Amino acid sequence: MNGTRTTGSPYAPHTDDDTAAMLEAVGADSVDDLFDIPSAVWFDDEFGIDARTEREARQLVRQTFERNDDLVELLGRGHYGYYVPSLVDHLADRSEFLTSYTQYQPEVSQGFLQALFEYQSLLVELTGLEIANCSMYDAATALGEAATLADRVRDTSGHRVLVPDLLLEGRRSTLENYVAGTDLEVETYPTDDSTVDVEALTDTIDEEVVLCYVENPTVRGTIEERLAEIGDLAHEHDALYVLGSDPVALSLLQRPADVGADVVVGDASVLGLPTSYGMGLGLFATRESYLRQVPGRLVGVSEDATDRRAFTLTLQTREQHIRRERATSNICTNQAWVALRTAMHAASLGPTGLVDLAKRDVTRAKEFAARIDDLDGTTAPVDDRHHLREFVVHVDQPARVIANDLEERGFAVHVVGEHELQVCVAGVSDEQLDAFVEAFTEVLR
Amino acid sequence: MSDQGRRGEQGREREQEQGERQGRRYDQARYVSNGHYEPLLSEKDSTRVDVGDDSPLPDDLTRDSLEFPELSEPELARHYTRLSQMIYGIDSGPYPLGSCTMKYNPKFTEDVAALDAAAVHPDRSAGSIQGTLELCYRLQDYLARIGGMDAVTLQPPAGAAGEFVGIRVASAYHEHNGDDQRDEVIVPESAHGTNFATASLGGYDVVTLPSDDGGRVDLEALEAALSERTAALMLTNPNTLGLFERNITEIAEMVHDVGGLLYYDGANLNALLGRARPGDMGFDVMHYNVHKTFATPHGGGGPGAGPVGVVDELAPFLPEPRVRLRERERGDEGESEGDGEDESEYELFAPEHSIGHVHGFQGNWLVLVKAFAYIARLGDEGLLDASAKAVLNANYLASQIDYEVPYGPFHHEFVASAGDQDAADVARRMLDFGVHPPTTKWPEIVPQALMTEPTEVESKETLDTLAKAFQQAAASSDDELESAPNRTAVGRIDQTSAARNPRLSWQALEDTDSGEDSA
Repeated sequence: MNGTRTTGSPYAPHTDDDTAAMLEAVGADSVDDLFDIPSAVWFDDEFGIDARTEREARQLVRQTFERNDDLVELLGRGHYGYYVPSLVDHLADRSEFLTSYTQYQPEVSQGFLQALFEYQSLLVELTGLEIANCSMYDAATALGEAATLADRVRDTSGHRVLVPDLLLEGRRSTLENYVAGTDLEVETYPTDDSTVDVEALTDTIDEEVVLCYVENPTVRGTIEERLAEIGDLAHEHDALYVLGSDPVALSLLQRPADVGADVVVGDASVLGLPTSYGMGLGLFATRESYLRQVPGRLVGVSEDATDRRAFTLTLQTREQHIRRERATSNICTNQAWVALRTAMHAASLGPTGLVDLAKRDVTRAKEFAARIDDLDGTTAPVDDRHHLREFVVHVDQPARVIANDLEERGFAVHVVGEHELQVCVAGVSDEQLDAFVEAFTEVLR
Repeated sequence: MSDQGRRGEQGREREQEQGERQGRRYDQARYVSNGHYEPLLSEKDSTRVDVGDDSPLPDDLTRDSLEFPELSEPELARHYTRLSQMIYGIDSGPYPLGSCTMKYNPKFTEDVAALDAAAVHPDRSAGSIQGTLELCYRLQDYLARIGGMDAVTLQPPAGAAGEFVGIRVASAYHEHNGDDQRDEVIVPESAHGTNFATASLGGYDVVTLPSDDGGRVDLEALEAALSERTAALMLTNPNTLGLFERNITEIAEMVHDVGGLLYYDGANLNALLGRARPGDMGFDVMHYNVHKTFATPHGGGGPGAGPVGVVDELAPFLPEPRVRLRERERGDEGESEGDGEDESEYELFAPEHSIGHVHGFQGNWLVLVKAFAYIARLGDEGLLDASAKAVLNANYLASQIDYEVPYGPFHHEFVASAGDQDAADVARRMLDFGVHPPTTKWPEIVPQALMTEPTEVESKETLDTLAKAFQQAAASSDDELESAPNRTAVGRIDQTSAARNPRLSWQALEDTDSGEDSA
């Protein structure tokens, strides 16, 4: 080591002697001389951000988070807090995974490429469709990408995108932003008992429809019962049939390929991530016939010079860094590390564990609804359907007041109507559900 | 074994000898046993589960079966450990990818993002997650100060998503003003591919702007491109050649004169930290690549986060939700450093003319937590030093390599030309010298471009190792270039066959061959 380390960024390793030698090599007197910034825009002020030691920075974040209340979350509606095994944290946090870049040099990225290939394969098994990409940002942006795909692949010049009236505001709004640059318009079709009103859909669908979107389960936790019929309806009108789901639901519910789905989108972070204030992982699977129009990255198999199997990013001519304004999408940085975590979580459950998890969610939701229905002043579930992991509760008193009371007792629930709450069992323990029923009983009194 | 294969073996032996002479390398590990690499999960025993057994749902609502491998925890731990051993990360060695800013990521930010308190559901009431909202608010404030912007949204989940928000905000602003004729976005030819794709996704015609002889915006060409049809100019400064757009004040004036907006692509902000701010240069809207500039790990391709900053005039159009201090507390918006316990209340709100949502929930929250912790660690002094060392390192490395480096003076990155050599071959050859190569063949302004950004985290010693790898690649014979790489987990990969015969899942692999490992 020559000389002392320069102060400033704790991650810049230069010593004073190094800096002097490097300046001499480039023929500059000072580092400031290397900046070619006109004086008119030179920033001579300060940001006013204090530097901290690592310990102080950690304390700052910890203390800030201490202002959060510690609540049992019976929350779902598109985002779920399943327990993530420690295995996932420890392996995904291995620094080669965490600190590598997009696999543009495949020869030194084989491990990550294989993990992403396995992620794609898992989605192919879950959806029954032939291809899956290795991630979009989340369910909402994946739906937006499905709409622009429909705009590219559909022969006729329709402009209608049909979505259920129950669609989450965040998803619908994101979709509208994605299609803002096209002629597409987003319209809703009605639901009945929180599932698709197929008769009403039949009345509204026509040749102008390019995409028909259905979620299974719905945002209110109900399971769709006429998916194949809806698929036929969409295809009769040459519309793309897009199904929204997630890996836990897909391991139990009807396989999208079997009901005619052309694209499956949704949030795959249901496995692999804690709730993380809404951070997601957009899954995107589709038919092989749309391969050249698919957004996002794809990992494929090839051979190296010695005929060994090797993985590589492929079909990059669809992507923005090559195709520019004619690219299938502008996505570049995606959610690769989350996809890795999701694959790890799914692999750790295995097919038995995954199917059991989904089945338990159906059973637990049903039993929990029955317990709530037994209380005075409630009806549950509101919708007379099968449910996966969540359902709506009618409360005679104002829902907002009840939810506030529950929060004071340590439980978070959704308010979805003046007299409607929604609760979710995913990631909540049996003991916590017992405690909730007790608190709910007191609140209703 | 094929001829190519034999050449590969010979090359490997040659590399072993050279390796002993060269000294330091930063090779990836490469897990290999008896000539076989880690098998795919599907090549282990798989289990088919009959979903109909003990189902709480009627048969017609469920799938028939689900099939994939069922492995024990120790088996999985080894599978993924072996996979990780076949990856080169920034913790393995230098990663000088131009325009990608691959810097070392401090470990403590992983710990703060893993706090249980970070794991809250996005539908929690504002009152019950004051800590989460306070962190959002303070990060918005940090970013506004650093960029010289008035208002910031944290929602975009990546840089390109931030670009899209910027373009949507510009579009909403023009529409609000009744400026419906603006249907063009101007993008310099040296810009990131995402800029073109984003403008197109936003519904705009893309007008490509040529560079002048010095590699900067050609003012005459800009004058010719600007009109009442111009919605925005998307600019990176310093640009992708590492050059500061010295005429930025004039450029801003020209764009504003025709009623257009100036968009700042934050990919190169690392070069300017504490020395110049996009807001002061006349930019109206910008995105921050917080995962690059503020050192959160790239995770093999994401997640990132692309917060967007705007001037006051555009703030009403930002996506919802944003975070603010409750009305009664306003007037005290300055950061109260070290104040600790204050009773301020944070809340979510939708700006008056908001474009709505651009993500289902609140974006890539864990990345934002890491960015916040990193900025809080560095403070003014650290941020200023980061840009100083980033620029020093780029200039020093450029002075030590044998390839021609046209244009200059550089900031944090430079673009060398491989001349008669193929830049992609040079990159693969550099892998043989145990370093990660630079970005290649882009920007296209420089023939056979080697776009290099060492970042501030590399020591002089590491830069000298990198320089030596550049020198050795420059001195390599055609044969050595064409057979590289020879010291990596696998040799040169046949990209053409991967694209011609796409096999994108293990199911496709089973369909097209017997899954035999030919190694």
